[in-house]
Amino acid sequence: MDAILAQLLNGLDKGGAYALIALGLTLVFGTLGVVNFAHGALFMLGAFCAVAFRAFITMETVTIDETQLSPWGSPLEVRTPMAEQWFGEWGAVMVDYSVPISILVAIPVMLLIGIAMERGLIKHFYKRTHAEQILVTFGLAIVLQELVKTFFGPNPWPQPVPADFRGAADVGAWIGLQAGAVTYPLWRLVYLLFSVVVIGAVFAFLRFTTFGMVVRAGMADRETVGLLGINIDRRFTIMFGIAAVVAGLAGVMYTPLLPPNYHLGMDFLVLSFVVVVVGGMGSLPGAVAAGFLLGILQSFASMTQVKALIPGIDQIIIYLVAVIILLVMPRGLLGRRGVMEG
Amino acid sequence: MSFKKRGISRRSVMKTGLAGILATGVSPMMFSRGAWGQEFCNAPTGDTVTLGFNVPLTGAYADEGADELRAFELAVEHLNGEGDGGMIPTFSSDTLTGNGILGKRVEFVTGDTQTQSDAARDSARRMVERDGAVMISGGSSSGVAIAVQGLCQEMGVIFMAALTHSNDTTGKDKRRYGFRHFFNAYQTGVGLGPQLGAAYGPDRRAYHLTADYTWGWTTEESVMAATEAQGWETVETVRTPVGAGDFSQYITPVLNSGADVLILNHYGFDGINSLTQAVQFGLKDRQANGKDFKIVLPLVSDLMAAGAGDAMQEVYGTSNWYWSLQDEGSKAFTASFGAKYGQPPSQAAHTSYVQTLLYADAVERAGTFYPPEVIRALEDYEFDGLGNGPTLYRGSDHQCFKDVYVVQGKAEPSNQFDLLEVVNTASRDSVTYDPAIFGGELGPYDPGMC
Repeated sequence: MDAILAQLLNGLDKGGAYALIALGLTLVFGTLGVVNFAHGALFMLGAFCAVAFRAFITMETVTIDETQLSPWGSPLEVRTPMAEQWFGEWGAVMVDYSVPISILVAIPVMLLIGIAMERGLIKHFYKRTHAEQILVTFGLAIVLQELVKTFFGPNPWPQPVPADFRGAADVGAWIGLQAGAVTYPLWRLVYLLFSVVVIGAVFAFLRFTTFGMVVRAGMADRETVGLLGINIDRRFTIMFGIAAVVAGLAGVMYTPLLPPNYHLGMDFLVLSFVVVVVGGMGSLPGAVAAGFLLGILQSFASMTQVKALIPGIDQIIIYLVAVIILLVMPRGLLGRRGVMEG
Repeated sequence: MSFKKRGISRRSVMKTGLAGILATGVSPMMFSRGAWGQEFCNAPTGDTVTLGFNVPLTGAYADEGADELRAFELAVEHLNGEGDGGMIPTFSSDTLTGNGILGKRVEFVTGDTQTQSDAARDSARRMVERDGAVMISGGSSSGVAIAVQGLCQEMGVIFMAALTHSNDTTGKDKRRYGFRHFFNAYQTGVGLGPQLGAAYGPDRRAYHLTADYTWGWTTEESVMAATEAQGWETVETVRTPVGAGDFSQYITPVLNSGADVLILNHYGFDGINSLTQAVQFGLKDRQANGKDFKIVLPLVSDLMAAGAGDAMQEVYGTSNWYWSLQDEGSKAFTASFGAKYGQPPSQAAHTSYVQTLLYADAVERAGTFYPPEVIRALEDYEFDGLGNGPTLYRGSDHQCFKDVYVVQGKAEPSNQFDLLEVVNTASRDSVTYDPAIFGGELGPYDPGMC
């Protein structure tokens, strides 16, 4: 029971990342009708917003202290992070909390990147076939990751968990089980909570604001909304920006869990496409549900007892489930009739 | 008609015959060192010799690869008589004089193995065929080392393996053209087992997470045998893909497995990620079976310790070498490397540097680059002064035998580089084993032609 609960939590936190990426992917597909293969790159760019922010505030000044020697006998190099020079104690706090603080940087940056991507490239492909859209966005993803590789190199950039969130929470004790029976890393719980909040915010935005209502109307019938004199294209552009922000924030908060490298986007892209397809193309609740479902399944498939029954199942479970669901429910879990069927 | 009449005597036939034999067959071997000049792959003909350094600059072991490359560059500098000479003055052999190798200036080319066997073979082949490398060194990943070693055997080019720790490299996959200075998983087990038994007691239950390739398998096997010899029980062994990144799904089942020790048979970024994630899961603060939960990292380097930060504190492992060792060779190498790069060398850097020097020395002692002679010069060679104390390059499997260091993450590092402490040394005798236990065939000396 304890083991299953721990594995369930693990699945939920993995699922949170899948759901966030798939949500943005579905938003773009639902509004603009574009299959955006560069969406994983947006996740990666978000992660590198955190990397760049930390790299900036931890830039060091190096002074040579001739009075002290390094362990190998050379004069000692004294390195001081600039943030601490500028802000004193607050600088040290900034360095410690660099990941959550970089959300403030990532929101405008990702919004701009999203809008620039849509206006600069993707809008020219609205009327082209899905195959052409996939090719051009996939090309864009490769360009973006190579750019990141050029500036940040090929290797991962570890980002620390803020000191207050290190270690594990006694989840078992919270829900009345024996103390220590189920512990789970605090930051992973933060990530799960964060993904639930962001998903809730996106749904609330679409559900309870006039902007969201117009967007939903546009998703249902773009032409009619246009004929009513509403500039639906502008709203869809903003939605693209919002989708980029959602992917970017998912990337920022994921950095302490998995040190990002330039290839991070591609690693997640394939998975999130499977999530979208399983959830049903164009269905926002479907994307979220499938994200969590596949995360949980992947986690359970890694359990020793399961692997003993079917060796290697942890590596293929997601694709196996996708195949089965598509055979049984060709439109995915919550897919609508007519989407990508004509 | 008699022989006498035509001026041919038995004596003159004998003379002519002997002269002929000397002129055509034996004389190159007897009178002219290095006369095999044109008969092997990339025989150096000009006034330079090219070495090929094949290291991972991307992938799970990229940190180690970058440090190996630094060490190779330093070794080439010292061989060419530049810099402070590093370990050349402390080396027990006096053949290296800063005049290159056999008077030829040393040049080098590099390749990125990407921590993948096929990419490593491609770049090694390129360095041999296109760049004319007469020796290949590098590695990081036993999968890579074994793949490149096989290629080098086919091409007749000596492979001086750097960071490779699988028993198979000098066991079932050993090759006549491959040499390993680094220690192996078996030796880790012999060194680490008694330390773990003494520190954590005999009644322990261990859970292994293991990188799913040759190095992980042999490390798991060796450490399991060594800990079970201490009375430990192995609860579970789970294989994880190399470069998995997120190990949380594999660590979660450990919590309720009944184990009280987690053994991470991971290296490089994988080791850093799995260790930090295990600590994030609270394993170090956990109690199981009435004991404090412990984490063990059988093969550890200071690069990993730096990457894992606080998570490494008090974790046991083994190391081929550590920069704070106080013998003259280690001090000289650390000073030289630190002055050039502003950081101490890792064990990967050390073994890379040593392998380059050992190759150069073997060529000098053989008096030729001809691989079979260089191989014979390395086989059963006893040396000292290169940081590990008296060391033997055993001829029967091309494995070096020397002391093995048991290290522990320091609880209170005095500076950013002071991360590990050598807490015990397993003697060379204790880690020496019968080569027959791992099988394998070295293969022929005959040089292939690339």
